[in-house]
Amino acid sequence: MITEKDTEHIAQLADIAIYREELAAFTSRFNEILEYFDILDTVEVMEDRNEKECNVLRDDEIVPSLPQERALANVKEQEEGFFKAPRVM
Amino acid sequence: MPGRSIEFHPDDRFFAFLRIIHNPQCGEGKLAGIPVAIKDNISTEGIETTCASRILAGYVPPYDATVVERIRREGAAIVGKTNMDEFGMGTTTENSAFGPTRNPADPSRVPGGSSGGSAAAIAGGLVPMALGTDTGGSIRCPAAFCGIVGLKPTYGRVSRYGLIAYANSLEQIGPMAGTVTDVNRLMGVIAGYDPRDSTSLDMPFRHEPDPDIRGVKIGVPEEFFGEGVDPRVASVVWDGISVLEKKGAEIITCRMPSMACALAAYYVTCTSEASSNLARFDGVRYGPAADSKKTWHESFQERRREGFGEEVRRRIMLGTFALSSGYYGKYYAKAQAARNNVRADFARLFREVDALAGPTMPTVAFRFGEKSDPLSMYLSDILTVPANLAGVPAISVPCGKVENLPVGLQITGCWMEDERVIDIAYAFEQGRSP
Repeated sequence: MITEKDTEHIAQLADIAIYREELAAFTSRFNEILEYFDILDTVEVMEDRNEKECNVLRDDEIVPSLPQERALANVKEQEEGFFKAPRVM
Repeated sequence: MPGRSIEFHPDDRFFAFLRIIHNPQCGEGKLAGIPVAIKDNISTEGIETTCASRILAGYVPPYDATVVERIRREGAAIVGKTNMDEFGMGTTTENSAFGPTRNPADPSRVPGGSSGGSAAAIAGGLVPMALGTDTGGSIRCPAAFCGIVGLKPTYGRVSRYGLIAYANSLEQIGPMAGTVTDVNRLMGVIAGYDPRDSTSLDMPFRHEPDPDIRGVKIGVPEEFFGEGVDPRVASVVWDGISVLEKKGAEIITCRMPSMACALAAYYVTCTSEASSNLARFDGVRYGPAADSKKTWHESFQERRREGFGEEVRRRIMLGTFALSSGYYGKYYAKAQAARNNVRADFARLFREVDALAGPTMPTVAFRFGEKSDPLSMYLSDILTVPANLAGVPAISVPCGKVENLPVGLQITGCWMEDERVIDIAYAFEQGRSP
């Protein structure tokens, strides 16, 4: 069972603010869904898989990419060709 | 090069479109002059693309998705962007931030989702074909509910470059149309290798549908008709399966035990991937701007609370929780094991049969508001998510009605055998025509 306090903490981790009045409903629905996920406890995790996985690599060649002005086309605030983000502290 | 253009002034009474282009350009090619609608999570250069979310309001992509580039190159006219559940998160199209689409088969009901706008545009006669995307059934569900055809291709056969990501390991762009022939035609244009998608397969699609299915073995897993499947839907689908038998297919009943955990595995996986993918919506690079006078976290949190709808926030939070320290082993790791079991089940079954058949959806289209509880909405995806977990191709083709509402027959094929599921659907479509 997760509590309303847990829900607030998860929202914080996810960078999603949550309204006070949503908290109770969010928490109870969260718990219903997590309870359903408990069925996964019946699954055994096999460490040793038969199939082999491999990375598909390509040569690192320089090719044209999106021009800077088009990459910035949807930006509301920019400075000297860069995205302007809120201050961190 | 100025091409010709067409006039497009539809009566969009079902609210299939978020944006309509009244005089789109078109050209020469395999789709010359054909109006094609594009789901709003696929990037279209110069045309606003929002994923039906307020957080992307006003976003105009600076480039075309590969599929859009290919459709334009073959002369089609891009006539608009279709409504959807916000970021593809839903089974009804009610989760659009801009209002729900109605089902042309019965406007008091949902069109299914999340590609509900694309399906309604076709079923309502506004366009002959459209693109949808399918993460856990989002092409096949609305195809079934609206009475049209929709294909989720093998993972990797259609480039995802320019698709605004929700759950990368599950989703594919795919064709939707009124007939199997048109689905095949659109698939022929959009499929093929793309170096800009690292999961793209080098496997061109050049195919003419062949209705000869004599000797084809079709498996029917018991679980496809399990708990929650409306008996009236089951009966219509069994009638459909007997049409395939009359066309010469051999019907074999079988089992797929991994279905028991497939839905939970799907929801843990897709929410985990969403929590990472949707972190990019922070109001810095696109969408309504974050307040740069506040601190980083304050401004992002406010922006995201106002910009994302309830279901999107729920899924981001579920995924964040499933991946968080102390819970990873209980949720994400178990979900991946369950996902491997689904893959293994399909691999075993496709050694014995050529394809699987069953209902696309357990019920007919819901009434508006019927699935207001999220878990009950998730449960309705049980029959479509296995194909996404494994990456195999699956098509939904109309196979009859229950109380005048369309029912879809789902044909699932082996990896890379999109052509075969199209052939079986085509044989079915031909077989039931008078």
